[in-house]
Amino acid sequence: MSTLSLAVRDSSTMLRRNLLHARRYPSLTLNLLLTPIMLLLLFVYVFGNALSVGIGGGGGPDRAAYIAYLVPGLLLMTIGSTTIGTAVSVSNDMTEGIIARFRTMNIHRGSVLIGHVVSSVLQSLASTVLVAAVGLAIGFRTTHATPLEWLAALGLLALFALALTWIAVGMGLISPSAEAASNNALPLIFLPLISSAFVPLHSMPGWFRPIAEYQPFTPAIETLRGLLLGTPIGHNGWLALAWCLVLTVLGYRWSTATFNADPK
Amino acid sequence: MSDLAIAAKGLRKSYGDKTVLDGIDLAVPEGTIFSLLGPNGAGKTTTVQILSTLITAGGGHARVAGHDLATEPQAVRAAIGVTGQFSAVDGLITGAENMRLMADLHHLGKQEGQRVTARLLERFDLVEAANRPASTYSGGMKRRLDIAMTLVGSPRVIFLDEPTTGLDPRSRHTMWQIIRELVTTGVTVFLTTQYLEEADELAHRIAVLNNGTIAAEGTPDDLKRLIPGGHVRLRFTDPGAYRAAAAALTAATGDETAQTLHVPHDGTQRDLHTLLTRLDAAGITADELTVHTPDLDDVFFALTDAPATSADAPANGAAPTKETVR
Repeated sequence: MSTLSLAVRDSSTMLRRNLLHARRYPSLTLNLLLTPIMLLLLFVYVFGNALSVGIGGGGGPDRAAYIAYLVPGLLLMTIGSTTIGTAVSVSNDMTEGIIARFRTMNIHRGSVLIGHVVSSVLQSLASTVLVAAVGLAIGFRTTHATPLEWLAALGLLALFALALTWIAVGMGLISPSAEAASNNALPLIFLPLISSAFVPLHSMPGWFRPIAEYQPFTPAIETLRGLLLGTPIGHNGWLALAWCLVLTVLGYRWSTATFNADPK
Repeated sequence: MSDLAIAAKGLRKSYGDKTVLDGIDLAVPEGTIFSLLGPNGAGKTTTVQILSTLITAGGGHARVAGHDLATEPQAVRAAIGVTGQFSAVDGLITGAENMRLMADLHHLGKQEGQRVTARLLERFDLVEAANRPASTYSGGMKRRLDIAMTLVGSPRVIFLDEPTTGLDPRSRHTMWQIIRELVTTGVTVFLTTQYLEEADELAHRIAVLNNGTIAAEGTPDDLKRLIPGGHVRLRFTDPGAYRAAAAALTAATGDETAQTLHVPHDGTQRDLHTLLTRLDAAGITADELTVHTPDLDDVFFALTDAPATSADAPANGAAPTKETVR
């Protein structure tokens, strides 16, 4: 069997194992899903009137416009939130004896991590679909998006999920316990709070704006907004792709190097 | 060399300043059970981890199933099966799913996979529990599942790291039976244990590992000859009787504060009779008499005392004996 078909075969076996875990113990994924949904409801119905001033065309509060503004950011935040679960489950998994068994078997070396990554990306996408459904239920509408733009949006979500997942896998691998993993992965859910997800960049203090503007979430959020709502994307598209690429490569290198090192 | 399943020369491993393995040599013929015997912290698990490609050696080289550990680790992995000290099963999924996972990773076809896993579940008495999550299994069941999973790929060399530690006596005997059966099919078993009895029961050859070096190696009989027999322990309450006994029994070593004497003893009825006759002749009656047969403690005293007192720091000699007590 060639190396590639061996890799594909072992990785899909590992993926099946990870999906079995996720299906049998869905509570972690579902708990993490609550965060973006609660934030969506909170920001729309509780803070919405105050925060939406100036977002719609007129000067007053505009709830419908704010829902449209909020949903793309929360879809990406959902990915950040799901990958915390990835870090926790990777860290948990590494304490299991079965990982030592995998390391002493004649299988594709990377398949253990690839199984985690693919399973996590699928869970991220399923979670974003659920959050999008909640968004639609409370009034989110995309009137302008063409099928091609929808496809591009889905592709962006998948790439972003892939990038954050590889980083989360690395965080899980270096964490000695599930608690440590969940702490280490905290930036993945904190970063969206200091992006353009909830309020526009121009409302932030000047010294802070560059940080918010160039961190991974803002370009991805602006690109998603552009694809779904027709707002200008500008250089954010390339910036978002670059971030996805850089984080994927870094996360992959970091994770595989950590996994391939002698345990303990 | 060709009929050695495991051949190691000068294996070393250290973590920081701490040397765990200080140059060990091993030669395990194919189709035999080899036991690495030693106390906690002697380096048994580290040896298994190196030979099973889990970690890399800090020095020396080894061949397992004819393949070099350093240059052909995947070929070694294809020939071995490992059951670690901490059960290497996936607790979140069922026993049957664990078995199927192994069949898939060994690239068995669907039908062959089902045949092999069904046969192994049957053989290890796990059919009833097959559809329960492995985390709900008892210690003995987990070890059986662990070994069943190891056997899916029909390995030629099997590493068992303390397979009976923490098992109740019945499960331990079941495990011994399983290990004996393994070797009848021609596979080689490399077994670590901290129980002399277990090594004696199962192994063709035993190596005693102490402080990262092989202190002795040979057949169980070879090894037993190194053990200085047992002893008879006499305890007194009357200091006069203690002193009289110490004077009469010149071979004995005494502990004045505990009022006890240790008399070397080879375990025979004749030897015991001689001792009792001498006590009677001197008119001495001990308040308590117990016969001690050689155990692992004695092996370690015998094998580690000399270097501990001559060259090594006393702390080095004390550590393993202290650990064997628990």
